[in-house]
Amino acid sequence: MPMKRTNFMIAAALLAAAGGLAACSPDQGKSTAAAGGNDASSCTNTITKQNLPVVTMWGWYPNMRLVVDNFNKRHDDVQVCWTNVGQGNDEYQKFQTAISAGTGAPDVIMVEMDRIPTFQIQNALVDIKKYGFDAVKADYGAGAWKDVSVGGAVYGVPVDGGPLAMIYRKDVFDKYRITPPKTWAEYEQAARKVKDAGGPHFGDLGANVPALMMALQIQKGATPFTYDPARPKAIGVRLDDQASKDVLDYWGGLARQGLVGTQNQFTPEYISGVINGKYATYISAAWAPGYLTGAGVGKGKDTGRFAVAPLPQWDPARPVQVNWGGSAFAVTGQAKDPALAAKVAYGLYADDASLADGWTNQIIFPLNLKVLKDPEFVAAKVAFFGGRQVNKEVYVPAADGYRGVTYSPFGQYYYDAMTKQLSALIKGSVTGAQAADRLQQDVAAYAEEQGFTVQ
Amino acid sequence: MTFLTEESAPRAQVTAPTARGRARPREHLMGWLFVGPFALVFLALLIAPLGYALYLSLFRRQLIGGTGFVLFDNYAKAFTDPSFRSGVWFVVRFSLVAIPLQIAVALAIALILDAVTSLFARFSRLMIFLPYAIPTVIGAVMWGFLYSRSFGPLTDVFGWFGGTAPDLLGGDLIFYGLTNIVTWQWAGYYMIILYAALQGIDPALYEAGRIDGAGRWQVALRIKIPLITPALLLILVFSLIGTLQFFNEPQILRHLAAGTIGPDFTPNMYAYQQAFALANFNYGSAISFALGGIVFVCVYAFLFLTRKRRSFLR
Repeated sequence: MPMKRTNFMIAAALLAAAGGLAACSPDQGKSTAAAGGNDASSCTNTITKQNLPVVTMWGWYPNMRLVVDNFNKRHDDVQVCWTNVGQGNDEYQKFQTAISAGTGAPDVIMVEMDRIPTFQIQNALVDIKKYGFDAVKADYGAGAWKDVSVGGAVYGVPVDGGPLAMIYRKDVFDKYRITPPKTWAEYEQAARKVKDAGGPHFGDLGANVPALMMALQIQKGATPFTYDPARPKAIGVRLDDQASKDVLDYWGGLARQGLVGTQNQFTPEYISGVINGKYATYISAAWAPGYLTGAGVGKGKDTGRFAVAPLPQWDPARPVQVNWGGSAFAVTGQAKDPALAAKVAYGLYADDASLADGWTNQIIFPLNLKVLKDPEFVAAKVAFFGGRQVNKEVYVPAADGYRGVTYSPFGQYYYDAMTKQLSALIKGSVTGAQAADRLQQDVAAYAEEQGFTVQ
Repeated sequence: MTFLTEESAPRAQVTAPTARGRARPREHLMGWLFVGPFALVFLALLIAPLGYALYLSLFRRQLIGGTGFVLFDNYAKAFTDPSFRSGVWFVVRFSLVAIPLQIAVALAIALILDAVTSLFARFSRLMIFLPYAIPTVIGAVMWGFLYSRSFGPLTDVFGWFGGTAPDLLGGDLIFYGLTNIVTWQWAGYYMIILYAALQGIDPALYEAGRIDGAGRWQVALRIKIPLITPALLLILVFSLIGTLQFFNEPQILRHLAAGTIGPDFTPNMYAYQQAFALANFNYGSAISFALGGIVFVCVYAFLFLTRKRRSFLR
């Protein structure tokens, strides 16, 4: 039996394998550190001031690097270590995994305001009211604070918002001789006029923008969710009230008559449609111009083709302003030093230089009242809208009139369920009222299953 | 290797009386050493996560009320969950259409390439195989744009004949859009497997067939296809498992057709959504295991039905 030699061969093979493993391990260690948010060794930015306490942060604002550098330059007591782990859902999924794992989350995290209750209910966010809230309370409006609060507790520092308005194609409106509709009834009439004259779709009902539909329902008086953390087991779910049904029926009707398109938004297909004038209006938030500019719209020969008017109303005598999107900085439950992390959250995107960079480049629509009341911001002539003073005319009044919303602690499920019903509505297999009923059933059942008592 | 036997021969003689008793445990040890590295990786990276997922699937975690042991409740819920059932129904329907199509295309091309020997055939073989070398993600994004009615060529092509292009990302046609992508991606790969099997057939059989008066068609149908049946069954099993676990293509196309492809479009996507978007790892695990069970049953049934021909899997 050739034991000796084979033994030697096996020993050699094992040794080689062990060597291979050993060679791998430093790399592996590094990549796990990069994936974990609580490790300061993997910042995207460069921290120049050494030996200071470091707060880790996730965020995806396009000018995040500048914002972080501004903060670090101004502070000698704390430095921010920033990582961009993805935008929106990509980040939330990583955060959610870190929550479930109990480790790996950063100290401070950028979240859209409608997601705050989802994480708050898992105790993944820290109430920052006791960490210097009073000093900045006057910097933001009541609506902005409501959006980052659950009950009386504050879980985020507002940065940007998305007051809704009606962006429209000036060339299309001129061609078919229509003026911006002030009510939704006028909106439908104008849509019919354009269609009868052989014009393009007047707007778009996208199944993948449930948050927009929620805002439009709220405009008519819907209150989708009521929640009081003092009674954490009870939640009000009212997705099938008359206002919600009316708005779904309205848009379903527009789609059925072919007055609006039914393309998913944020897709190349939709953006190219916007560029090519396939949609006369684009009901969207204040961040939309920046998004469109980034997608290459409104440049060159397109300059000045777009204009913006206030969001059409149901009752022009009692206008209601609504909001879509917007983000905040929150302190996570895994923060090593919550007080220090709260200091970062409060100060990060609140200095003049960062805010100015944000709004002049149309990266954010700021919620900081220092900017909203700044004459330079209010009177700014926006190139995308042909040099019109759209902040003064449309967006600042819309932001001022916004009262805030109570979002649900299972926002993702609600949005997915809404998308399902919107798809059915677009297909024509349900009416708006039926879609609202089904949505109510679906979401209420989910809430019950999650242990809530639905009221 | 001769010197090994020379060396070992005398030792074997010397130790002959006790060899049996002593060599056995050492042989066992050697066996374990050989198996060890594999077993370690296998246990750590496959069995342990599977066990953990199974463990997770027996619990239920609520936003209010915390975690509780529920035994098989999650499975009971999965099999009555319309999202899961419609997802399973979709992948089953998809398997029934896409798999025969892929294999028919692969078989046809393999037979043609086997019959024709020219430089062009070799070039074609490479080109047909190429889609398999393109990462799924890139392939899906590419097809997404080709299907686009704004960017893709379809609008132009149909425009020449005065028609309007079909919306292959729309609710009615997405099934066929996906069928096409999957066929494009996998037919080349299956073709290579079948082609290799065809190359392994003894040419003497063709000669014998021709002497008996068989034409080209008869050679293909009566000799070639029966002889590559084991390879055909192999790729059938591959594609059945792969298609029931359908995930990549619809997940990528969601970004282009979010309203058409919901988060519960296929069972795997539904498990992913439950675990990573809704933080419901327990139910996500249960869905994964339920899907695993369905795949197992389907494959087992398939193998049972074809048991006489499955020499390759034994």
